[in-house]
Amino acid sequence: MTTLATEILAASPPATAPVPCSHCGQDVPRGLVEVESQLQFCCAGCRAVYDAIHACGLEAYYRLRNAAVAPPKPSESTFESFDAPAFHKLFVQQQSQTVASVDLMLEGVTCAACVWLIERLPHVLPGVIEARLSLRQAIVRVTWNTRELSLSRIGRTLNGLGYTPHPAKGLPRKQLARIEVRKRLIDLAVAGAIAGNAMLVACALYAGRGGRMEDSYREFFRWISAVLGILSLAWPGAGFFRGAIAAVRLRTVNFDVPIVLGLLAGGVAGIVNVILNRGEVYFDSLSVLVFLLLVGRFLQFRQQRRADDAVELLFCLAPSTCRTVRQGDRIEEMPIEAVVSGDLIEVLSGQTIAADGVVESGQSHVLQALLTGEAEPVPVGVGDKVYGGVPNQGASLRIRVSQVGADSRVGRLMRVVERGVAEKPAIVQFTDRIAARFVLVVTLAAAGTFAYWSRFDVAAAVDHAVALLIVCCPCVLGLATPVTLAVAIGRLARRDILVKSGAAIEKLARRGQILLDKTGTLTFGQLRLVCWHVEGFASTGDEQFKPLVAALERQSQHPVARAFCQALAAFELPAAQSALLHDVKEQPNGGIRAMLGSQAVHVGSPAFVNRAGISVPPSLARLQHELEQVGTTVVLVAVDGNAVALAGFGDQIRDDSRWAVHALHELDWDEQILSGDSQSVVRKVARAVGIDPSRATGEMTPEAKLALVREYQGRCLTVMVGDGVNDAAALAAADVGIAVHGGAEASLAAADVYIASPGLTPLVHLVTAARKTMRTIRVNLAISLVYNLVAAALAATGKMSPLICAILMPVSSATVLSLAMASIRRIDRKTPRNAEDKP
Amino acid sequence: MSVLYIVLPLAIVMAGVALTAFILSVRKGQFDDLDTPPLRMLFDDEPNDRRKD
Repeated sequence: MTTLATEILAASPPATAPVPCSHCGQDVPRGLVEVESQLQFCCAGCRAVYDAIHACGLEAYYRLRNAAVAPPKPSESTFESFDAPAFHKLFVQQQSQTVASVDLMLEGVTCAACVWLIERLPHVLPGVIEARLSLRQAIVRVTWNTRELSLSRIGRTLNGLGYTPHPAKGLPRKQLARIEVRKRLIDLAVAGAIAGNAMLVACALYAGRGGRMEDSYREFFRWISAVLGILSLAWPGAGFFRGAIAAVRLRTVNFDVPIVLGLLAGGVAGIVNVILNRGEVYFDSLSVLVFLLLVGRFLQFRQQRRADDAVELLFCLAPSTCRTVRQGDRIEEMPIEAVVSGDLIEVLSGQTIAADGVVESGQSHVLQALLTGEAEPVPVGVGDKVYGGVPNQGASLRIRVSQVGADSRVGRLMRVVERGVAEKPAIVQFTDRIAARFVLVVTLAAAGTFAYWSRFDVAAAVDHAVALLIVCCPCVLGLATPVTLAVAIGRLARRDILVKSGAAIEKLARRGQILLDKTGTLTFGQLRLVCWHVEGFASTGDEQFKPLVAALERQSQHPVARAFCQALAAFELPAAQSALLHDVKEQPNGGIRAMLGSQAVHVGSPAFVNRAGISVPPSLARLQHELEQVGTTVVLVAVDGNAVALAGFGDQIRDDSRWAVHALHELDWDEQILSGDSQSVVRKVARAVGIDPSRATGEMTPEAKLALVREYQGRCLTVMVGDGVNDAAALAAADVGIAVHGGAEASLAAADVYIASPGLTPLVHLVTAARKTMRTIRVNLAISLVYNLVAAALAATGKMSPLICAILMPVSSATVLSLAMASIRRIDRKTPRNAEDKP
Repeated sequence: MSVLYIVLPLAIVMAGVALTAFILSVRKGQFDDLDTPPLRMLFDDEPNDRRKD
């Protein structure tokens, strides 16, 4: 046995300088370096893609690329579902009889070289007319001749080049969003053009003051200015009026109300003054105001749109096809949308089950964590009910579909989600609360000004009151707040935190109740190797059996074997040893038995090892007992009749969970755990991460989670953090819903924020950044208040001329805006960047 | 100075023409993707110095 161990150790190659992979540029694992070859590959995917790129004569790709990329993982699919009539009906636009186009979302698009490579498609595949890639969205529009070429061929080629294609879903929504962006851009352009011209006209008017301009010219300029100003209010400014009217109808005050108040007062007074040919016109100030406000809103909208786009890309990655078994055992790949109740579908190992149904043949394990919160895989066999959206972790299954779409379990849960969204109570936003006070104070001040001056001269009283309304127009909140939010959302997005609404940042800056899901949020949500113990071989290190175990477990599809392979991926059994390996036999739900030369090797459950008549040393038996007490799955490794090593598997708590829970507590958030898993497991996790076990509730149904969120909502701000379909309703109903990495589609759609990198550290970053953003907004508010006080005092005493107004307003905007930018940069420096910063 | 009655409206009309051109280009989708086209123009039509590895 000792000789065996040393042999395995001796066979591993000596340490050398890392060799970069010829395709992706990352280091090639030592075991895969081919000594005599010029080309080195880190994985089969890189080799395949490298060959495909060369076969197509596209080597220039490597010259254009300027950074290492992630190793591609080409799909093994044949993409025959791309040719199904149902697929064409759903995703393909027929341009003419022979020409069609399709939008495909591609995995692995990173840089300019990808644009070049993908847009070379017409040179590689005759029949493709055009390929246009949008780099940010990673969506390529392929136009091709349907007579010359099938879509599956295009799919296979793209896949071969390292970009696995998926049909782009949600196109109608994308189209609507595109129209919205265009509309806002046009509004912005019109407002900008009018503001510029109105300013020029105003300059002429100011220059001609004091009788240096003939009256007829002055009148002409005033009329031009009025036409431009009214155009600005009526076209790009119409959005503010619509928003204010909607708010008044609901008997609330939002930020559009004070803006409209100022615009309306200035507009009406200006028109009257132009017609009567007396007093001042304010149209230059008004049109600049409209433009600046639109700039702020456009920036915030664009950042939110980017976050939304990034989340939508994930929807496209969800499997869109399934394997249907037709007559005579013929397998046909077709879009999930085309599956109907009564179909027989095949779900291979590792695939996601497409629809609810009953198992007709096969035996496997399914991981229901996203649906129910259970972390342990559930065994299923013939006659068992399985649910769509659940990954099949064991052998392949054949399932008779019983429910699809809205009738399926996920569909029913989605209806609960919709109810959660519909009944979400409106929370009064910070800016709207400020707006309400603002309106009150400004109207009172204007009324006071009018009352005071009307004793002397009614016309002057109107002028002074109007001037006050215009200069007090809340430019800072209208411009600086959206810009500050936009910058914050942009910076968070660079750290993989996608914020879909600015209101979420405002709410997260407060304090309240934070409800955490367990499976997949605090824990990894899948089986992981949590313990590896080798009996009595301290001299040769802990790793000596790992290559052997890895080689055996690669032969199995059991969830535990999968977890083993994942943990031991870096361990390769040297060729000399694997040649000796024979007679590998797997006993379902027991373990694997094999021969290494003349020695028998057993890897499996304690029961399986005991049945083989193998003695377990007392120290291992004790450890096994301890682990089983806390719900860990134990695997024993025996060589030549002796148990030599023990591995423990469980749903491991994420490394940063404890730190994040502590940090959130420090930030005054009250934490609680909600889970669908059993009470004892949930309590154990609560203790481990430092939450009072009495604040951890297990065995919660999606409805119960929703009810609990509702219950808290009356009392305090509620934030829900989760990943599963079972959390989606609670995510939608909470004041802020945060979906974490690896979550189900439903939870992504329901949440306001999506954290796209694993772990809970980003959650702490998000809360810290939200607080700092709101602090910036408050500081800006205070500064602008000073501006407004000065201006209001000038206006009320009748010292405010339109010239001062025209200078003061842009200067105040510029000050506040530059302050917003500067403070945000400070936020970025101060927030801890990585998990390493934790104490 | 009466030339102002012609020149000022003319200036505004010219601004309007430019604005219309911008609006048309937005509606045609020229501003939908601002990331890819600046890269696309950097690629040669046919790379003529193929490097041998």
